[in-house]
Amino acid sequence: MSAALRILQPGLLTTVQDLGRVGYQHLGVPTSGALDPVSLRAANILVGNDPTEGALEIAYVGPTFVIEADGVNLACAGAHASIEVLPDETAASGLRYASMQSFRAQRGQVVRVGPTSEASVVYLAVEGGFDIEPVLGSVSTYIRGHIGGWQGRALAAGDALPLRRNIPSERDELRLDGLDLARPSRFRVVLGPQNASFSERSIKAFLDGEYTIGPATDRMAMHLDGPKLEHIAGHDIISDGIALGSIQVPGHGRPIVLMADRQTTGGYPKVATVISADLPALGRSRIGDKISFQETSIEEAQQLRRTLLHQIDVIPNRIVHTHRVPDDLTACLLANNLISGIVNAQLAPFIE
Amino acid sequence: MTDYNVIAAGDTALVVDFGNQVDLNVSAKVLALAGQLNALKIDGVIETVPTIRSLSIYYEPLTVSPLWLERQVAKILEHLDQAPETGRTCDIPVCYDPELAPDLEQVAAQCNLDPAKVVEIHSSRVYHVYMLGFLPGLAYLGDLSPELALPRRTTPRPRVPEGSLGIGGKLTCIYPMATPCGWHVIGRSPTPLWDPTLSRGALLRAGDKVRFQPLSLREYRRACSDGILAVPQADTSH
Repeated sequence: MSAALRILQPGLLTTVQDLGRVGYQHLGVPTSGALDPVSLRAANILVGNDPTEGALEIAYVGPTFVIEADGVNLACAGAHASIEVLPDETAASGLRYASMQSFRAQRGQVVRVGPTSEASVVYLAVEGGFDIEPVLGSVSTYIRGHIGGWQGRALAAGDALPLRRNIPSERDELRLDGLDLARPSRFRVVLGPQNASFSERSIKAFLDGEYTIGPATDRMAMHLDGPKLEHIAGHDIISDGIALGSIQVPGHGRPIVLMADRQTTGGYPKVATVISADLPALGRSRIGDKISFQETSIEEAQQLRRTLLHQIDVIPNRIVHTHRVPDDLTACLLANNLISGIVNAQLAPFIE
Repeated sequence: MTDYNVIAAGDTALVVDFGNQVDLNVSAKVLALAGQLNALKIDGVIETVPTIRSLSIYYEPLTVSPLWLERQVAKILEHLDQAPETGRTCDIPVCYDPELAPDLEQVAAQCNLDPAKVVEIHSSRVYHVYMLGFLPGLAYLGDLSPELALPRRTTPRPRVPEGSLGIGGKLTCIYPMATPCGWHVIGRSPTPLWDPTLSRGALLRAGDKVRFQPLSLREYRRACSDGILAVPQADTSH
């Protein structure tokens, strides 16, 4: 039997994502890809993968799955999430792990990823990656277009997600300390491309106001509740390209930030565009979070991009090797009710 | 010389905008600019996306500066007289039978025409592919005859089936997959416009020409079961 993760509970919205589908927007194909590419990279690094490998993007409520491989090294990165490895499908409790550390699970064991906190998404990477054929150069899932990922859709109970490796490599567990996943106090934007479609007063209200991320938010669009914007020349425009992070304003006046699964073109004016360095933090923001915006220049945005790329480059330097707890030892302790699990309390992925 | 603006869409995209209009001459410029810019294979340009009124240029700002890119755009546009056409024409079969055309009667009434006349007008033109967008493989075709120009439906449909033929304003399109839709549906095509398993992905490209070939309901059903593919033909005159 080939190696796989068999899904018992899919979670709220669990999809395979990598860094996205580049080069097909002229055919109407959205880029998709991880909402938080920094955490995706971190998860991959924790299991020794290439940082751009596809992983599971888990939103809000995590999946539960059975290991159908001799063993697999796994790691979550991004939001806080409680991860539990249970001895089998009938067990009530098992070993506990946190985000930002690798762990191993064996055949028949059940991995349960709890609800996310602090951020919306957490990425679960498996050593060796998932054995999924890329579509147009990427394994990212674009649900609306049924493209990529696992059968072009979010995971469902009963899916068996194929793994490239059946046997985990023998190595230390890895832990990632001090990755700064804090949100900027205000998300920085460059005005435009259609800021001239709005009154000065509206733009001021937009930059001064506070918005709440609305419940209709998904991988395509972040709906914001807060000060409305007023169009000065109608809200329909002839279709124009849509950059990641562009903020469009339909007739109702409430801004919508266009995210990874955004359509490639659209017909509403866009007041501003969130700068690239702030997009991973925006992508990991949660429904209900309060956010605000601040105007910046292209030059500053590029400087901040440089800083972010440097932070990504040094992730491997922050990796700490820890000794693997022998599987038979933890199993023995658990069997004798000596421990209920192991938690690493030193993890502080969210530095304020 | 051409009137255009280069506008930033954040720090990784530039929009070369020719104004808020649906115009064949503007489209020719957008597509020619895209072609010439892509041919330069500039390091740091990630992809270009032509739309009806603009060209989006996605770039890596740490590799190429937006100011330098803007100068390349200006250089290209200075010498852009006549855009070459892609030279591909695609015949796409469409069935306008009322069974597959829920809005045909209403469109005819609103335009003061017979349904048969609507079909005749719609299927007797050669359309230009302005752009692909909204959904994978969805081509925006124009120009629709002014006799058929209508604003969108006041109430969009939550779902129209794959292959639905829509009209709205100066444009017409075939939906490559089931989708919500605000346009008027006046027919359906058996031709798949999008298939990610094929190397081409989308049947059409911006700059192609499209002709619609009317099918009877019986022919439509046969075409669906036979899985007939339309293939764009190169125009040998180019």
